[in-house]
Amino acid sequence: MKSCLVVDDSKVVRMVARKILEGLNFQIVEAENGKLAMEECAKAMPDAILLDWNMPVMSGIDFLRQLRKMDGGQTPIVVFCTTENDIQHIQEAITAGANEYIMKPFDSEIIESKFSQVGLL
Amino acid sequence: MTITDFDFICQILKTRSGLLLTNDKAYLLEIRLLPVARKWKLATFDDLVRLIRTKNDEAVIRDVVEAMTTNESFFFRDTKPFDQFKQICLPAMIKARASSKTIRIWSAACSSGQEGYSLAMILSEMSAQLAGWKIEIIGTDLSGEILQRAKDGLYSQFEVQRGLPITLLVKYFQQTGDRWKISDAIRSKVQFREWNLLNDPAPLGKFDIVFCRNVLIYFDQPTKTKVLAGIAKQMPDDGYLFLGGAETVLGISDKFQLLAGQRGIYGLTGGIKAPTAFGTPGAGASPAAPR
Repeated sequence: MKSCLVVDDSKVVRMVARKILEGLNFQIVEAENGKLAMEECAKAMPDAILLDWNMPVMSGIDFLRQLRKMDGGQTPIVVFCTTENDIQHIQEAITAGANEYIMKPFDSEIIESKFSQVGLL
Repeated sequence: MTITDFDFICQILKTRSGLLLTNDKAYLLEIRLLPVARKWKLATFDDLVRLIRTKNDEAVIRDVVEAMTTNESFFFRDTKPFDQFKQICLPAMIKARASSKTIRIWSAACSSGQEGYSLAMILSEMSAQLAGWKIEIIGTDLSGEILQRAKDGLYSQFEVQRGLPITLLVKYFQQTGDRWKISDAIRSKVQFREWNLLNDPAPLGKFDIVFCRNVLIYFDQPTKTKVLAGIAKQMPDDGYLFLGGAETVLGISDKFQLLAGQRGIYGLTGGIKAPTAFGTPGAGASPAAPR
């Protein structure tokens, strides 16, 4: 079973994402900001990370930049999932090492389609 | 809705588009035709049927057929056929058409254009290999309204997220408000034409590769046979036909046969394709499927 770290400051979004991803056979770990996500990655590197952009304490993009410098931090497949839907943000995310990008609002079909494109399904 | 009303509309749909509507799809009639009724300033589905019965207005009937035959479409729908196109069909065609350097592709029942544009993006990604080649992509659909959407190439945020990799979105689309417009470079590679699949496709010319996916499922058997015969007639001996995942030629047409080791791609029966050229990817030396 593959693991997915869901990083979002909204409890509701985490719950929805968890439900969809559990349906796709992922084992879910949650974190409500980038800093807590870093701690989770230090404990155990997940196979996938679904990542919000705007969060208190540490943003998604700052988390991603740190993650990619970390030991073993190249391996997780990172899928952004954010309301930031302009091309500048998307390009910034790709440059920082994101593998895919979901613009909120999302549904199960979009998550499934994106996860399948990056080879997680 | 009465049974006779249902049958009446079904008969129109069958004759005009080949669409076969079974009883369990009655709900679809109401859902899809209510907007048509409103457009013609009518309150209900029953009023719409009455209008068609009494006036037999061509414009109204056209709207009804279009509303019922318009279907959802995705970029790179099902993924696999696009991999097969890239890894099997194109390499074989590049070899076989080395002198003419021309390939014609038909996206039959193209809806809002995503299939044709997906192919155009693949070709664009391979442009170095295809320098000097003329590759035509022709998308056809019965619905003039949906073809206009295809030509506009303007998609919602939802539409560009189903199947389209983010790198291709960034590369080939421009954001306009909350929508995404496909670039002129890709748009100019696909031509769109209004076309009814029930007609003899001879005027469309010959096609080396035909995508006719998730269309036959809506037709009854004689119509399926007829459509496949029409496609076969427009195809050279080494042409390729793609059908949808739930579709088959078995018991419907003897014109096509499944390519050995592949799913969803068909060649002409007795065509000149050597089955050995299509070994499953990874199964060893396979000149037609470099990795």
